[in-house]
Amino acid sequence: MARSPAPVRPAISRVRFLGSAKSGTADAWNMRISSVALVPLSIAFVAIVLSLLGKDYAAVRAELGHPLSAILMLLFILSGVFHMKLGMQSIIDDYVHAAQLKEWALMGNLFFSVCIGLACIYAVLKLSFT
Amino acid sequence: MTEAESGASGIEKRRPLSPHLQIYRPMLTMVMSIAHRVTGAALYFGTLLLAWFLIAVSTGGGAYDAVAYCLNSIAGKLILFGFTWALFHHLLGGIRHAIWDTGHGLEHPQREWLARATVFGGMVLTVAVWTIAYLVP
Repeated sequence: MARSPAPVRPAISRVRFLGSAKSGTADAWNMRISSVALVPLSIAFVAIVLSLLGKDYAAVRAELGHPLSAILMLLFILSGVFHMKLGMQSIIDDYVHAAQLKEWALMGNLFFSVCIGLACIYAVLKLSFT
Repeated sequence: MTEAESGASGIEKRRPLSPHLQIYRPMLTMVMSIAHRVTGAALYFGTLLLAWFLIAVSTGGGAYDAVAYCLNSIAGKLILFGFTWALFHHLLGGIRHAIWDTGHGLEHPQREWLARATVFGGMVLTVAVWTIAYLVP
């Protein structure tokens, strides 16, 4: 196979000091944003769960279907799955080094987070509108 | 340098990795860093419990009775207690990281103090929530 002449500047010198070409900065910033959102939202989540204690089925349904608790639950779920997807992604990036296994793990992480998010959102909306 | 090592894939393979954990002497801040990750991963899989609960409530009385029975058992309560602790520990750990992000609290006495406050605060909030849970109904 014919090879093109070697460039005068080596590859490393052409990319050095330009920063990363990947999406790590956006991921790190999105992690910070979702963390801030989750501080009040996870406290609201704990308060909603506490308010369900000792209630029968009809009362639990009514409580979770109430607009205020439903909206807070939806916000908690949305920011929660967004945050946990990024968190598990950084765990996989740190510990899974085999290229192919890493791709599968990252894909599995995305699918799991989307499934959990969609299932919870569907359930809360169903409680609100039926 | 061999042919394989000089190519792009060779550089990729030879990139430095951080040393493994067992090299370091255990310290509180290091244990807290690991605990933050472990509680995060636990909460990740703990969302299955939340999804199960919400789906059961929206499905009907029979499904709700099943999930309520499981969560009211000793094992269910232990899992929920662990879930509560992981949530508060991770929440306070996140606040600690947010303080560090501003450039404050990184020096020696402050970072130790923040680590202790996270451990203590996580346990206090967990016990407080479970005390409320048993007192209110």
